Amino acid sequence: MTTAVASQTECVMLAHGGGGELMHRLIRDRLLTALRSVGPPRPAAHASNVPRAVGHRGPTLRRESCPAHTVSRGVLTDGAVLPWTADNIVFTTDSYVVTPIEFPGGDIGRLAVCGTVNDLTVMGAQPVAISLGLILEEGLPLETLDRVMRSVAGAAREGGVEIVTGDTKVIERRGSPPELFINTAGIGRLRDGVQLGAEHIEPGDCILINGPIAEHGLAIMSVRNGVEFETPLRSDAAPLNHLIADLLDIGASVKFLRDPTRGGVAGVLADICDDTGLSIEIDETRLPLSPAARYASEMLGIEPLTFANEGKVICVVAAADCEKSLSALRTNPLGRHAACIGSICDRHPALVELTTRYGGRRIVQRSYGEDLPRIC
Amino acid sequence: MVESIRLPAVQQHGGASPLRDSAAALQTQIASLARRIGRKTQFMEVCGTHTVSIFRTGIRGMLPPNVRMLSGPGCPVCVTAQRDIDAAIELAARPGVILATYGDMLRVPGRLGSLERQRAAGADVRVVTSARAALRIARENPQREVVFLAVGFETTAPATAAVIRTAESECVKNFSALVSHKLVVPAMRALLDAGDVRLDGFLCPGHVSVIIGAEAYRPIVDRYRQPCVVAGFEPLQILRGIAALLTQVARREARLENVYTAAVPPRGNAVALHLLAEVFAPSRTAWRELGEIPGSGLELAPRYCRFDAARRFGITLGPEVNNPACLCGQVICGRAEPSDCALFRNGCTPLTPIGPCMVSSEGTCAAWFKYAAPRPSAEAAS
Repeated sequence: MTTAVASQTECVMLAHGGGGELMHRLIRDRLLTALRSVGPPRPAAHASNVPRAVGHRGPTLRRESCPAHTVSRGVLTDGAVLPWTADNIVFTTDSYVVTPIEFPGGDIGRLAVCGTVNDLTVMGAQPVAISLGLILEEGLPLETLDRVMRSVAGAAREGGVEIVTGDTKVIERRGSPPELFINTAGIGRLRDGVQLGAEHIEPGDCILINGPIAEHGLAIMSVRNGVEFETPLRSDAAPLNHLIADLLDIGASVKFLRDPTRGGVAGVLADICDDTGLSIEIDETRLPLSPAARYASEMLGIEPLTFANEGKVICVVAAADCEKSLSALRTNPLGRHAACIGSICDRHPALVELTTRYGGRRIVQRSYGEDLPRIC
Repeated sequence: MVESIRLPAVQQHGGASPLRDSAAALQTQIASLARRIGRKTQFMEVCGTHTVSIFRTGIRGMLPPNVRMLSGPGCPVCVTAQRDIDAAIELAARPGVILATYGDMLRVPGRLGSLERQRAAGADVRVVTSARAALRIARENPQREVVFLAVGFETTAPATAAVIRTAESECVKNFSALVSHKLVVPAMRALLDAGDVRLDGFLCPGHVSVIIGAEAYRPIVDRYRQPCVVAGFEPLQILRGIAALLTQVARREARLENVYTAAVPPRGNAVALHLLAEVFAPSRTAWRELGEIPGSGLELAPRYCRFDAARRFGITLGPEVNNPACLCGQVICGRAEPSDCALFRNGCTPLTPIGPCMVSSEGTCAAWFKYAAPRPSAEAAS
């Protein structure tokens, strides 16, 4: 009898979403426990002027602000009170439906937190609080859910943000294996004096990136296609707010930031051309790309510039500040391999042109639809 | 159950580019040979992977104006007859069928839409990167019929042969293949027999040659007096191959040459060739634009014919109907360039492909669209 009950509780059941005791226990014993387990978020370096969410004197998520149905004095409530005021609040939302939900270098939970932190960061904001909406398919092993939640908590701690509210729904299973989807929203405070936007970009500006590209996209594609590389390709998912703080704090003329997620570096560069009417020249020999990623993308027949990244940022800075910006990025482990990959120019029409490793030239465009591995 | 692929050790990126120096030296050699020849020269890269590599690495812009590379009928998606694609779409729509296909085939338009649209309408169409993955789907879904759309040249055909042999030995009853494999050399002969494209030689494909061996092109050299140089897909290999072709032209020679000796033996891969001979038999097959070419395709040998999806599901190939405005057929024969087609960039784009050359990642139109700037000056930039 005990065995039967135990086996029933090993995976998500529709009843877990019913609002009853089972749901209450799921949230209290698993979701909140996981989020509390890693202690307080790591404070953001150079962020003393940024307000923190809710009376922040002890380990996070203990009192007023708590994840997944805010706990206030032990009672689950429907929201979080954030007693701070700021003139320039940045607000973002995103949904995560990645398959598989766990992959080399991360999982959907890490992706959700990092993605939201980075979306706020590239707007010039210091992330403050994130919401976490979970949609669970029945049959999802609770062990998997636990791992994802620990990952959420770990990423939040790395990024120095709090998960202050959330929601949980259980839906019927639609496929195999059962999946889990996450919706997040995030708020942050715009950093003082930061003015980012394509309208500030000028010919001569330098284009920087903080490290090797394409690894998240390749890691996902290799798992989806059942291809395993001897040199493991791992997702680069990481919160970039501390790295960007390192860059912004040196007072460099940073004009534009964007994380090259879906659509990759090519997508961001094409957006810059579209938005500014200016051209871009990049040099393949300066583009950070591990040999493993290069060979894997060649084998799959897909352009690494169009692969997704989850821990990379493209920065456009004034040419005069290029070297000191690179130095600032390289002081952070997430920017150790930062490089200047090219520059803005004013040729017409507005195109991204690449000088290849072999000295030839060609254009770079956005990918079209879903990237598919080639036949041979 | 995953395929393990060896990758080189991680090295530091960036820094000086010895590749650029090597490429520049070859570029100088090619320019010198082209000057010495003095007239326009046209070579055909048979394989779509060569086409893409030439565009992607900027080689096209590194060649002198009188050296022109034409794309040939070596992209497996582009040469697949429309009626084969229609048959695949029809099969995918059958209840209980899982159609497994290489990703490139997903978006090729047929008369009845595409496999991608069929999938959106509810058909179970799955992208695989190997024939083995298709067989795995069959093992995992014993209650369903799994059909593998087997396309490609001698590079992918041995893998299809291997899984069919495995399916037979393991008595997998729910697996079959819609076979549309093609052979490279008969297509080269058909092109030369047509006689309407003047060529100075062929850049022969690396991957196919690993299987069939360099000597497979001997009849092209001997009978048609066409220089043939086997080259890999690395840009330096391609540049070496072009330099070798120009050297032959300059010396008025027609020889078989192999600059990819590291991977391509004279007689090919005996195991793969034996596998092909056991599982398949040469057949008369239809190519887009080239029509039916005797001995240019593969069909399942009698012993394995129960794995023939067309036979198992009673599929009758319909008529070959192509959009008359689409020049894909002319493009794969070197008779036209994408920019000659009124549809190119003008309705036919990777988002809205009309012909297969715009769909396939190895397609000539897709390579032009993706890597060549929409202006003559950029295409000629070096």
